[in-house]
Amino acid sequence: MSDSISTQLGNIKHIILVLSGKGGVGKSSISTQLSLCLAKKGHKVGILDIDLTGPSIPRMFGLENRQVHQASSGWVPVFTDESQNLCCMSIGFLLQKKDDSVVWRGPKKNAMIKQFLSDVCWGELDYLIIDTPPGTSDEHISVVEYLKDANPDGAILVTTPQAVALADVRKELNFCKKVNLPILGVIENMSGFICPHCEECTNLFSTGGGEAMAHEFGVEFLGRVPIDPSLTLIVENQDSSPDKDLIKKYSASNLFKVLSNITDKIIEKVSLKNT
Amino acid sequence: MAVIDKPENAPEHCPGPSTEQAGKASACEGCPNQKICATAPKGPDPALQFIKERMNSVKHKILVLSGKGGVGKSTFTAQLGFAFASEESVQVGVMDIDVCGPSIPKIMGLDGEQVHQSLSGWSPVYVQDNLGVMSIGFMLSDPDEAVVWRGPKKNGIIKQFLKDVDWGDLDFMLVDTPPGTSDEHLSIAQYLKESEIDGAIIITTPQEVALQDVRKEIDFCRKVKIPILGVVENMSGFICPNCKGESIIFAPTTGGAKKMAEDLNIKYLGSIPLDPRIGKACDMGISFLDEYPDSPACKAYLDIISEIKKQFTD
Repeated sequence: MSDSISTQLGNIKHIILVLSGKGGVGKSSISTQLSLCLAKKGHKVGILDIDLTGPSIPRMFGLENRQVHQASSGWVPVFTDESQNLCCMSIGFLLQKKDDSVVWRGPKKNAMIKQFLSDVCWGELDYLIIDTPPGTSDEHISVVEYLKDANPDGAILVTTPQAVALADVRKELNFCKKVNLPILGVIENMSGFICPHCEECTNLFSTGGGEAMAHEFGVEFLGRVPIDPSLTLIVENQDSSPDKDLIKKYSASNLFKVLSNITDKIIEKVSLKNT
Repeated sequence: MAVIDKPENAPEHCPGPSTEQAGKASACEGCPNQKICATAPKGPDPALQFIKERMNSVKHKILVLSGKGGVGKSTFTAQLGFAFASEESVQVGVMDIDVCGPSIPKIMGLDGEQVHQSLSGWSPVYVQDNLGVMSIGFMLSDPDEAVVWRGPKKNGIIKQFLKDVDWGDLDFMLVDTPPGTSDEHLSIAQYLKESEIDGAIIITTPQEVALQDVRKEIDFCRKVKIPILGVVENMSGFICPNCKGESIIFAPTTGGAKKMAEDLNIKYLGSIPLDPRIGKACDMGISFLDEYPDSPACKAYLDIISEIKKQFTD
């Protein structure tokens, strides 16, 4: 079994997990934005969504009604663009109706994750970004276990600045330490909102907590991402918008500059590891 | 047990994995699960009887659910708890079954508290005389410790929360849950089946990325036959404290929770605006409703809470 995982993941240069102990802090949104930035910089990127009971990746890329195809070498991931630089895999592509709930206990979830790793033919990729559900349970233990031989580069932890979220993210940091998963850094999401009427910045969920935590744990702080409703609009209006090129639309937004910086830091960090 | 009687991909004449015949019937021949079924303990879980006895003294059991994380399940549960308990004669219990990311201790101002053992079981931690709380957060030696548990261990602790905690006589038990539709949710539904859940309150935020997960949760409730008391839309709109201008943070591009509730024919309880003071109150572990009674968010909370109360006084 693990042989087939190494075969399928053999041509992937870097594997990065996006984790958070807390839900709704923007794991999928950060995964999406990182992928878009990496693709914009000319890399080939794959995204694997292992949030089985609440997959968000199909919606983020406007791929909700797409299906996975079977080829002789395995499942073909869904490509987002014609240049075939960005592809995704999610349980969302395997459901008959999109509102169907996936009511699965641990063992079934683990089997699905194993299948995603051993049966999807990613081909040659520069980066594989793995988007995860919140917590430190079955999905997380399994993915780390199955990826052991593939030698993942590490994890990016996403948090929001308030203490209630940080409390859970600290647990996730300790999880990474327990399972010996290197931590590439911490991103503080939803940090401040600039009122479009008066330009006053309000810290909806406080600010600075992520950075303080990163220092405390001795891990790198990758940056602060503000709340920007325009991202939701870009994502949600994909169906109606005539321009289907998400990479182009995203790179015109204000968030692109912020994430582009963070992406550069990550690229630098993982390239160091290989030399 | 009856939640899943028979696996969907079982052989045609599968006797059901929890029956006497499991693993022994002729239909089991060649089934990959035969060995597991034949050796697994038979009959209903003996703990269910204890849970039923314990839960006899709890009048109403309400779950707070959402398919999506970080939409405010714990915040809502805590505020609902504070609001119910503001009447001295009403006994309230809050049970936090988010095993990997418990937020209730912090939000209710009980950080660092410990659970005590007595003859009648574990004692909940009390915020005030009529508001008891139980969470795995009270059992960790270090608050940052990761609870790296797979499903069966999580189910075990949930069972213990129901069976071994000395809740006493309660008017309301509020159950705060983790996001998703997996072990924790199946277990609580299964363990409380005999003692009947009054219903679930579904929390969501307005954007479609959240709603699509919440629809799954509603589908789950229907599958396991938990009645839905209603849907609350949290974080809808933000009023700038500086200029009072309103902004939409999480755009309801598909009509928000209200439209979803109409489409799925469930009750819409109301919406709560984003207010940075809610987050601050949670970080400090104080009741937002007591602290900022004049804020629009507080009014929204109270309206929703009275809607919920109404369902229990009829």
